[in-house]
Amino acid sequence: MFSNLFNFASPQAFYPVAGRMISWFGWSAALLGVAGLYIAFFVAPTDATQGESYRIIFIHVPAAWMSMFLYLVMAGWAGLGLVLNTRLSGMMASALAPTGAMFTVVALVTGLLWGKPTWGTYWVWDARLTSELFLLFLYLGFMALKEAIDDPQRADRAGAILALVGVVNIPIIYFSVQWWNTLHQGASVSLTRAPSMAATMLAGMLVMALAAWMYSIAVSLARVRAIIVAREQDAAWVRSGTR
Amino acid sequence: MTAAIVLVLRRDLLVALRRKGDALNVLIFFVIVASLFPLGTGAEPGQLRAIAAGVIWVGALLAALLSLPRLFAADLADGTLEQMVVSAQPLPAVVVAKIAAHWLTTGLPLALIAPLLGLQYGLPGDALLVLLGAVLLGTPVLSLIGAAGAALTLGVRGAAVLTGLLVLPLFVPALVFGAGAVTASLSGIAPGPHLSLLGALLAVSLPLGLWATCAALRVALD
Repeated sequence: MFSNLFNFASPQAFYPVAGRMISWFGWSAALLGVAGLYIAFFVAPTDATQGESYRIIFIHVPAAWMSMFLYLVMAGWAGLGLVLNTRLSGMMASALAPTGAMFTVVALVTGLLWGKPTWGTYWVWDARLTSELFLLFLYLGFMALKEAIDDPQRADRAGAILALVGVVNIPIIYFSVQWWNTLHQGASVSLTRAPSMAATMLAGMLVMALAAWMYSIAVSLARVRAIIVAREQDAAWVRSGTR
Repeated sequence: MTAAIVLVLRRDLLVALRRKGDALNVLIFFVIVASLFPLGTGAEPGQLRAIAAGVIWVGALLAALLSLPRLFAADLADGTLEQMVVSAQPLPAVVVAKIAAHWLTTGLPLALIAPLLGLQYGLPGDALLVLLGAVLLGTPVLSLIGAAGAALTLGVRGAAVLTGLLVLPLFVPALVFGAGAVTASLSGIAPGPHLSLLGALLAVSLPLGLWATCAALRVALD
């Protein structure tokens, strides 16, 4: 079974599979997104203290989750590529980085828009905001390093080392809430205690998070297909057009 | 292995001694950056005291960043680095010696001159002592993380700016705890916890920076 799985580490074998998976994950993302937005705008109750403005949470929180999670996934692929020397792993890491950076920007921008009505200011030097900003810098550094190195093998391995070093920053983001005295509300959703929000709000957020997840998979697969074709353009299977 | 460490350390220190300008320029840059801020912000004593720790630390980060190309670039150009990587000595031993030499020629001078700059900003005596201790503990972290950044960008287009992009975000914890120690001592809180966290950061950076630097050097010279 595992030998079959490892077959897909070959870009040539993975290319058609990825093509078939894209529509699956793309449609799931669209359906979940519609359902999530419906819950967000029509089902979830108005917040007692923040009124309607809190509804941006349905985009803000899933985007913030994805931005951190995608960095971990990216570092995971990068580390796998470094250890096993598989070409596809480095391509996956490259394909994930722009989506992760996009979600970081979305989390920051929605945070700014949410901060104005609730805190009265767009930006505060709060621990979580600041670490999200630096997460964006980590993504940009990763992409800039890969961009600057012409040899794709070297770019993959150098990027992998950087991603693994950057992963050390992720726990700092997560624990920063406890480390520094902060204006940001504490995490409202936790696995160990009851969430401090209405069940429908939580449901809407989880559905939106799933939608973001599916979207990330679909987009990364589409991007990795483009990277495969670009890197293997001289291979017979690409040139013959049998893909 | 100890012999290799001592040999590389002596050699790098000797090279630095022969080219005193390199290390000295970094120090002068640090002093200039710190002296610019009062001209921009105004020299009101209370305000200067409040920004002192942050300004001195950011100056130290930038100075450390500027000194990074010296770490490997010249050795790459004349082939020494390649000989070090293929030699029978373990690469981490060579790298730890080079990083130690880098700290002795940049981090240590920065730490020794930092209290003088603190004096310019009107920091009281005990805060100056805390500043000295924090910079002494923090600059090895900068050398370790910075070495990884320098190794990753070795021979790459636009390496200088790219190194800044890669390592400055990773310098953040050192800045937070380093400047935090001084600010804590200014407001009458014990700076011990900040310094402990800075020490913990050094303990984490030592294996992480060494591993990343060695791996990056192997990738660069593949």
